Amino acid sequence: MTNYIKLIVLGLITLFALIAANYARDLAYLVNALTVALVAGGLFLWVLRHTDEPTDSIDLSGEYMDGVVRAGVVATCLWGVVGFLAGTFIAFQLAFPQLNFDWAQGFANFGRLRPLHTSAVIFAFGGNALIATSFYVVQRTSAARLWGGNLAWFVFWGYQLVIVLAATGYLLGATQSKEYAEPEWYVDLWLTVVWLAYLAVFLGTIVKRKEPHIYVANWFYLSFIITVAMLHVVNNLSIPVSVFGSKSVQVFSGVQDAMTQWWYGHNAVGFFLTAGFLGMMYYFVPKQAERPVYSYKLSIIHFWALIFIYIWAGPHHLHYTALPDWASTLGMVFSIVLWMPSWGGMINGLMTLSGAWDKLRTDPIIRMMVISIGFYGMSTFEGPMMSIRAVNSLSHYTDWTIGHVHSGALGWNGMITFGALYFLVPKLWNRERLYSLSLVSWHFWLATIGIILYAAAMWVTGIMEGLMWREVDANGFLVNSFADTVAAKLPMYIVRGLGGVLFLSGAVIMCYNLWMTVKRSPAVAPTNSAVPAE
Amino acid sequence: METYSLLRQFADSWMLLVLFAFFIGVVIWVFRPGATKTYENPSNIPFRHEDKPARDDDADAKEA
Repeated sequence: MTNYIKLIVLGLITLFALIAANYARDLAYLVNALTVALVAGGLFLWVLRHTDEPTDSIDLSGEYMDGVVRAGVVATCLWGVVGFLAGTFIAFQLAFPQLNFDWAQGFANFGRLRPLHTSAVIFAFGGNALIATSFYVVQRTSAARLWGGNLAWFVFWGYQLVIVLAATGYLLGATQSKEYAEPEWYVDLWLTVVWLAYLAVFLGTIVKRKEPHIYVANWFYLSFIITVAMLHVVNNLSIPVSVFGSKSVQVFSGVQDAMTQWWYGHNAVGFFLTAGFLGMMYYFVPKQAERPVYSYKLSIIHFWALIFIYIWAGPHHLHYTALPDWASTLGMVFSIVLWMPSWGGMINGLMTLSGAWDKLRTDPIIRMMVISIGFYGMSTFEGPMMSIRAVNSLSHYTDWTIGHVHSGALGWNGMITFGALYFLVPKLWNRERLYSLSLVSWHFWLATIGIILYAAAMWVTGIMEGLMWREVDANGFLVNSFADTVAAKLPMYIVRGLGGVLFLSGAVIMCYNLWMTVKRSPAVAPTNSAVPAE
Repeated sequence: METYSLLRQFADSWMLLVLFAFFIGVVIWVFRPGATKTYENPSNIPFRHEDKPARDDDADAKEA
């Protein structure tokens, strides 16, 4: 019966997508409509071919649902490489403008590729890592199978569709020009549907948990899911110019729009890239170190302090703008206060290793997790400092900001994700161990040196251009033209690009290592605990 | 009073107080007597049920 409903819905979606493609007013919308038609049509055929087949209703409540986690791990690796590659390429485009090829103008120049890079690493790599690990962690810490059956698969594939629609849209020029919220109105609507399904799966699993207590990692994951839903809906309030076109107009305007955007933008950092990944830290670091988190009390205070304070920090992106002074002061103060919970969390993560520090010498995965927590501490120190108005007057609009973002994203988010992937793959594919630990070490050093090259280059070039912009001569005239700063930055841009190459090659090595783990590593010898429960 | 001033006044007085009191309450609650012992069990949750969910007659989950 459900199959007939599915067929009707999929058939209608295919039909409407084809109608939309026919009336499409711009190329991005046309391609996106055809993509939707192709996916819905394909699913229609697939459901049709499986209709009226006998469904075997085995009771699976005695097993975890790991298939979707495996798919998420694969997607994380693939999107990660795509995102890092795009980033490295646009880094060289900045150093060597000739790489903005004439034949690719309007599709693959820096302006089109830059949102592709940011969305690919944050939402495709980071998002898939968060969805996969949250599904893994919530099952283990709730001692219950994922709620909602195949709804988890809907979340996974629905999210991949969001990524594909957004990415092709960027290249063809569909953007609402809001940083980290570039996708146009129809992609936003679809993401809302997928995200609510994600919330339902996660919350449903927590509700049917067998452990009386909700483990702290789940608190962080849950706050990430709920807050991102709220941020996404409010920041993307817009009215499409035509239902058959990708262009939309924001409901807010002027400084209200700017404030909404950075309320969203900073909390995308705070809840997507921090709270969610802290959920990862609170599960995978204790697991890999084989000891419980240093202080459970501190983790509870960490959670409440973080979510209470982060939400107010957004205005520090709008110092010296039309934003009222009181609002930007508020944002600055809260950003500085935020230093405390951030470092509380960092200490909690690092001290989990107390009594097991020797593992740093023997276990490259722990090393990866520890350096990620170290980068978390460093970037959450740097961030509050940069939010101070006086510092911001030097750092804003310079490459310092980009260096800060990357020490957080590559160092903290990237490294903790790599650590989690190295932990997960042997467990998920039932392998005794990783294919090669020395390859993990290679990855560790390539990534670390890559980040250091990147961050150091951006500090130098950022502070340099900030100082050059404000330099005045004895008569009060500006000394440097903008082009002077661009010329002075070239060496650092090349170093930054090389840092990207190192980081990218580390990730490629990881993919090879994980692939070989699945193909070659010996399987775990069967024990009683591995036998399904029925 | 216009909506903006009203909301602003409410936000920087009562709402601020409520949020602040809630946060202080959480901190005090976490350090209540006997908390260390209470949190010993939850902090070990990651080390249980690695391979399969708890069954209804599972001893681990019950004793918690």
